[in-house]
Amino acid sequence: MNSLLRILGHLEGPQTVGRGPLFWALFAVALVAACAYPAFSDGYTVGNTVYFFTWVFIALSLCLIWGYGGSLSFGQTAFFGIAGYGYGILTINYGSAYGFTLVAMLLAIAVAALFALLLGYFMFFGRISGVFLGIVTLAVTLMLERFMAQTAGPEWHVGTARLNGFNGMSGMPPITIPWPGGSIVLFADIGLYYFVLGLLVLVYLGLRILMNSAFGNVVVAIRENPERAEMLGYDVRKYQLITFVIGAALAGTSGVLYTAWGQYITPSSMGMTAAALPLIWVAVGGRSDLTSTLVGTLTVLLVFQALTIYGSQYALVCMGLLLVLTVLLAPNGLVLGLMRLLARLSPSRRTGGV
Amino acid sequence: MDIASLVFSSLYQFGDAFAFLVLSACGLAVIFGMMGVINLAHGEFIMCGAYVTVASAHAGLPLPLAIAAGTIVSALVGVLVELVVIRHLYERPLDTIVATWGLSLIATQGTLIALGSSMQGVGTPFGSFQVGNYSYSVYRLVLFASALAVLGGLYALFNWTRFGVIARATIQVPQMAAALGVDTRLIYSLTFACGAGLAGLAGGLYAPTMTLVPTMGATFIMEAFVTVVVGGADVFLGTAPAGAVLAVVKSAMTSWQGQLFGQIGLLVAVIFVIRILPKGLSGFLLRERT
Repeated sequence: MNSLLRILGHLEGPQTVGRGPLFWALFAVALVAACAYPAFSDGYTVGNTVYFFTWVFIALSLCLIWGYGGSLSFGQTAFFGIAGYGYGILTINYGSAYGFTLVAMLLAIAVAALFALLLGYFMFFGRISGVFLGIVTLAVTLMLERFMAQTAGPEWHVGTARLNGFNGMSGMPPITIPWPGGSIVLFADIGLYYFVLGLLVLVYLGLRILMNSAFGNVVVAIRENPERAEMLGYDVRKYQLITFVIGAALAGTSGVLYTAWGQYITPSSMGMTAAALPLIWVAVGGRSDLTSTLVGTLTVLLVFQALTIYGSQYALVCMGLLLVLTVLLAPNGLVLGLMRLLARLSPSRRTGGV
Repeated sequence: MDIASLVFSSLYQFGDAFAFLVLSACGLAVIFGMMGVINLAHGEFIMCGAYVTVASAHAGLPLPLAIAAGTIVSALVGVLVELVVIRHLYERPLDTIVATWGLSLIATQGTLIALGSSMQGVGTPFGSFQVGNYSYSVYRLVLFASALAVLGGLYALFNWTRFGVIARATIQVPQMAAALGVDTRLIYSLTFACGAGLAGLAGGLYAPTMTLVPTMGATFIMEAFVTVVVGGADVFLGTAPAGAVLAVVKSAMTSWQGQLFGQIGLLVAVIFVIRILPKGLSGFLLRERT
């Protein structure tokens, strides 16, 4: 009981913005609003909102690796794609009976994490850092895209699942929960909405606990000064590798949910543009905090979709411009800056502020 | 096939891969080696060079002059980019990557909007010649010669000219150079322009051999990055040997299993190299020398 309380105590701490009754009241209001939302909306819009939610996981993974860990990774979309294709291959081969989709989901995420473990071993134990890390992860991502894009021929298949080259894979079953008296199939509307929302809340709170625990503090210490952390006796490489693998698993979660949501995945979901988008959400929101990443991602996605509808071609140009301007003018991110301003004005400052 | 033509074929493929790696990487290597900045819009500078070259060739300029035009325009765009964006980010190398990526998105999508999804190219000049049973393109030999010329030119520029000496001084100890009256900001601008111009040159040289699409930069960028990572921070001790080593890997893998495996071979090579030589070949060679 005591240890559980101590773990829950890490929900607040030095590494996350937001503390005290006011913040948690706001959190509860947002959660209730999110739960009640489908009652006031139609299935299509709810399905669209799930699409936004699926992207938040990859944004959080980048926040973890880049914002907290200080290593810029462009490889998140690679893990996204690996897990997405993994889910597709597994479910097309073995179907969705007996809740296998959930097993497939976990397996696909595990494959992405294993790949990250292998890649991360070479990178972190080779002690490459900074810009080189970005380049190597980007090269891996582009390579995977090129590889998948050329698998058009019938010889490229795993079991009964055709990889289909540039057109991508489709026809995998949606996530299905086994239930006495008939499984629940989570199509891209209300069912999937609650599933993804629940997962999102769990991941968000879990990451808050992780980052405020001893592990998270060491990760931040390494970002601030790797040499000092090493002198204090921490194996920098191990911490970086673990962070990288956790991030890959989160990106993989995004990939699986995306694939299950639209029942398709294409190689271009690993391309240059796809790799740039999470970076934009995270940078604009504020990369060094979970909450601002979450809020920023949803906001930017919303704006991006609105732009796509009203001026489809110009949306990407605007996103690029937004990224450049954020980096130049508000390097800590817009949402984080705003939240810090609010925190300074609110009474919770007496307890230490942020 | 007799031995002589087999040897020639291998050499030709090596030269082709070497030229591609060196030409696409040297602009990136100059900017990274001299300024510590990774320019993710590198591919878009290449695209810019290629588009300007082809547009000038369509306007009636002979190809060499058109390539020169592509190089100069890219260099000028480079100056502009350095003034507006890069200059403010020298203290934050990771943010330069992010910002130049934003630029790359803008450039790719902007080109797509302004010029459409592809552009009429120009044919590959010089035709081909026959060795053994196979015919080879003469232009590929020109590209190989250009790669060697670019390396030679860079060596001359940075070792024998006043600009080169001042630039290297600025890179080593910027404060000292500034104290001696060097305008370091100007030097950084010129270095960035030099890198951008080299990217434009690569684009111009390869423009006759490929289709012009707004995303063409992506075909170069992976090879360029891989070469720079393997080479490390020094252009002469890094990029050139890295280009040679990787060209062997790439041409061997390509002739064994095809284009894609050539690229996979590059990627695997780079991952092993960073594990063994984190500072790249130049870091290794420089350590041996001192």
